[in-house]
Amino acid sequence: MTVDPDILLSARGLNLSFGAIPALVNVDADLWPGEMLAIVGESGSGKTTLLNVLSGKLRPQSGVVTYRDPAGALHDVHAMPQPALRALHRSDWGFVHQNPRENLRMAVSAGGNVGERLMAQGKRHYGHIREAAIDWLQQVEIDPARVDDLPRTFSGGMLQRLQIARTLVTHPRLVFMDEPTGGLDVSVQARLLDLIRSLVRRLGIAAVLVTHDLAVARLLADRIIVMQRGEVVEAGLTDQVLDDPAHPYTQLLVSSVLQA
Amino acid sequence: MNNDHVMLRTEGLAKQFTLHLQGGVRLNVLDGVDLEVRAGECIALAGPSGAGKSTLLRALYGNYRADAGRILVRHEGALFDLASALPRTVVAIRKRTLGYVSQFLRVVPRVSALDIVADAAHDRATAPANAQATAAALLHRLNIPANLHALPPATFSGGEQQRINLARGFIGAHPILLLDEPTASLDAANRDVVIAMIAEAKARGAAIVGIFHDAFVRDAIADRLYQIAPYPQAA
Repeated sequence: MTVDPDILLSARGLNLSFGAIPALVNVDADLWPGEMLAIVGESGSGKTTLLNVLSGKLRPQSGVVTYRDPAGALHDVHAMPQPALRALHRSDWGFVHQNPRENLRMAVSAGGNVGERLMAQGKRHYGHIREAAIDWLQQVEIDPARVDDLPRTFSGGMLQRLQIARTLVTHPRLVFMDEPTGGLDVSVQARLLDLIRSLVRRLGIAAVLVTHDLAVARLLADRIIVMQRGEVVEAGLTDQVLDDPAHPYTQLLVSSVLQA
Repeated sequence: MNNDHVMLRTEGLAKQFTLHLQGGVRLNVLDGVDLEVRAGECIALAGPSGAGKSTLLRALYGNYRADAGRILVRHEGALFDLASALPRTVVAIRKRTLGYVSQFLRVVPRVSALDIVADAAHDRATAPANAQATAAALLHRLNIPANLHALPPATFSGGEQQRINLARGFIGAHPILLLDEPTASLDAANRDVVIAMIAEAKARGAAIVGIFHDAFVRDAIADRLYQIAPYPQAA
């Protein structure tokens, strides 16, 4: 297989079924550095499965996911030894869950949650770690005075921002996001969208974003993949796919959006 | 600089829409569009309502996919076919070469007017501090008072939103500008500002394609009209 010399992550021919239910059918996907790719589709279309397979959390029945490391070496994500994959998730990669509680330690302080990722990378100087944690709390607009508070005293939107701080503190090159604004009320969602967009752009991070919200995809993503029953039915530039949808399913999705 | 060179050219451009939710109805909108725009030239798309002016403008931006033909764009010295370019290439061309002013402002909520405009300059790799100053100057020129700069434009009037959109479209000084009704909801004073801005863009060598329903604006800035005939629909 040849891979574009600039490409960051590339998937070819991914297949995965859960019993008789196809979750991924011959899916290809590519991601370039600094780019945001949205995966959209209704519930059960396979978008979260695709995210989990791309990030190595779930093994496909066939197909390959290739990642290019900062030194330029290619890695078959599903052939990597588990420790190497875990190391990748601790350093080059980040994962933002829809439910921040899956990623945060609720019994550890906010600052501890952010600093922990740095300690996992071998940072040991307590003062520096605390400084970085406070800096990141500010970047995600959490009052630094809350650094020693437990996450369970935080609102849903604050928890999501704390999760983003925890994820980005190690400067990942690639972030996987599963419905990062899902379940938040709209005013919090808008602020979070702006935060994600500006951080991703400023830090030059590439991201794969799963969302069922086409407006979120439009505001954040350069490119979009539309999935239905495990198949990619349409892919391309976000505004092109949403303004000039060609596939019947994409036309249905776009025409079903409620106008506020 | 050679001012004669072609910045944008379409060859046999065709566009149709297939509406799958309406029983697969096919609408043929554009066929055989051959358009050429040179540096420093402004072309006004003309034709009756429904003839496909907006469709053509969107196709030129790569927002609508072409079904046939080529859309050649001069980007950093070379010609690229927007109709067959990879999405990444289209993104790069839009950042540095191809600007578009739409009729409606679509932005992340809660971001200030100033940041929205400055952000568009950031796409052209300008220093952030300069971008903020340039954005503020441009907003002032378009008569958006300073006390509105820090506010998100969601609550602004239609005319104010359009001027934010114009500032966002002009700040990048793109070599090619596509303008969809840039003065539609503006009063006479602001309309004159926009006419002056378009004239300045032409003077610096920008190639401009626009839809201008206002005959006064069209006469003031367009060098020629490109007539779009309604596509003869099969009976």
